[in-house]
Amino acid sequence: MSDSKKPRRDFIKLSAMTLGGVGAASLLVPFISSMNPGKDTLALASTEIDLSPLEEGQSLTVIWRGKPVFIKHRTKSEIDSARNISLEELPDAEEDSARVQKDNWLVVLGVCTHLGCVPLGQKASDTKGDYGGWFCPCHGSHYDTSGRIRKGPAPTNLPVPPYVFLTDNRIKIG
Amino acid sequence: MSSNELQGYKKTLTSPYTGIKGWIDSRLPLIRMMEAEYLKFPVPKSLNYFWSFGGIAMFCLIGLILTGIFLGFHYKPSADDAFDSVERIMRDVSFGWLIRYLHANLVSFFFIATFIHIFRALYFGSYKAPRELVYIFGLTMFMLMMATAFLGYTLPWGQMSYWGATVITNLFSAIPVVGDAILTLLLGDFTVGDSAVNRFYVLHWLLAFAIVGLVVFHVITLHMTGSNNPTGTEPQSWDETVSFHPYVTIKDLNATIFFFIILAFILFYYPNILGHSDNYIKANPMVTPAHIVPEWYFLPFYAILRAIPDKLGGVIAMFSSILALGLLPWLDTSKVRSCLFRPIWRYCVLLFAVNFLVLMYVGGKPAEGLYVLISRIGTAYWFLFIFVLAPLVGFLETPRQPLTITNYLQSKKA
Repeated sequence: MSDSKKPRRDFIKLSAMTLGGVGAASLLVPFISSMNPGKDTLALASTEIDLSPLEEGQSLTVIWRGKPVFIKHRTKSEIDSARNISLEELPDAEEDSARVQKDNWLVVLGVCTHLGCVPLGQKASDTKGDYGGWFCPCHGSHYDTSGRIRKGPAPTNLPVPPYVFLTDNRIKIG
Repeated sequence: MSSNELQGYKKTLTSPYTGIKGWIDSRLPLIRMMEAEYLKFPVPKSLNYFWSFGGIAMFCLIGLILTGIFLGFHYKPSADDAFDSVERIMRDVSFGWLIRYLHANLVSFFFIATFIHIFRALYFGSYKAPRELVYIFGLTMFMLMMATAFLGYTLPWGQMSYWGATVITNLFSAIPVVGDAILTLLLGDFTVGDSAVNRFYVLHWLLAFAIVGLVVFHVITLHMTGSNNPTGTEPQSWDETVSFHPYVTIKDLNATIFFFIILAFILFYYPNILGHSDNYIKANPMVTPAHIVPEWYFLPFYAILRAIPDKLGGVIAMFSSILALGLLPWLDTSKVRSCLFRPIWRYCVLLFAVNFLVLMYVGGKPAEGLYVLISRIGTAYWFLFIFVLAPLVGFLETPRQPLTITNYLQSKKA
């Protein structure tokens, strides 16, 4: 083969390899994508909850997307303790008013943001941690009455799921 | 093209054997390879019983695969059926209890053998040149072993299975920005559930055989360099070696039988002592058990995870504790391999082993008070050992002149 042909050969080799590589890489897409939740899982069945049986101070756990959601009918003192605090004291600063739609109803995902355990505090007999909200038994995270992280390894507050009040006593999560 | 040009490339079908053996061996040269590598293979004659734990671990792996196949005939990987199918194995399947208890306890003994095997490598300097790759393949297998054991532990779908799976998979959510998306991708759902147990089952099988593949690499690299021995000096003559068979085969068999007698004692008298009673409660995604602990063999690493008061930091510390061990062949600056002749490093290694047990202890305790402090000191020593002591001690200490294998054996007799 003469030298003048070599760059041409190199070019063909390189483009063939590049195209082959792109082809192989795009073949990965359907396989990786197939690992995601299927349509049945994604069809996030929204959950409707009747709040009327919940007295002040009581809590309810409902299931949404396979995860527990904590609904808390907060007392006056619980609301006050969540509000009378400076944001600088919070590891993940967030106003209580930004986390609720109605002051006396708190709706948060009951999944510890550390490693996914379900915190204690829903039952009257449960330990509620140092801040009167929830306490995660796995690695000792304390949440306050707004579901905000106050102490322990969890990095963020308990997230608020999307929900709407259908009537004064009915909400729809999802 | 004459056939002469192909000489050196084309194989000729010859064999040192005759008859059927020769016919097969000339076409599939496995027989002569096995003879060279397992019958006549020379090993230093100064090996002690620490050198039997590689073989013991291999027998554990074989046992796990065999029992695993038979469990697989009855197990159903779904959130609804998994727990009940395991209970069916325990109660209704003929000898199912034996096969499952064997599988569950063999894992623990696999880890015991592997921990001792790794300690042996550290104490006698088996990780040092030219055996770096033997050691790296070993550590890789150890990590796959932990992944496989974790996946297997989730399969019975009890409370500990479920919440262990939740906590461990949530480690991925520590990855900044994309963590949650990756977690959802891996689980195929927003929580550990039906989709996850199906995947875990497939991966549990896949990784088990990946370990078998790595055993082959571990052994190939080992047979290139030959075994290390307590002196850390290479054999100088045939006189200082014995053949693998019958000397090592019989000795390893002896050690394996003794080891399996202890396993049998646990298996038949205390089959649940290494497990957790909460795992006999079916998984409940709404209730987390009060005290989650991983299996005992994960506890040192769990202690390191919890020692760091930051989610991402803890995860990084835990994974790098093992990865960092892989750097030891290059961080250890000493010319001498064996701790028998290294007056300072010897105590560093022994303290590392004690530290490992201390971390194991605090890993099983609640993360509070003194336990947190101890786990932090333990974690600090782990990394100090690898990154500071290994390079430094090699310079500071004056090792004794290592004995040759012959002199070592004479000095032991005297």
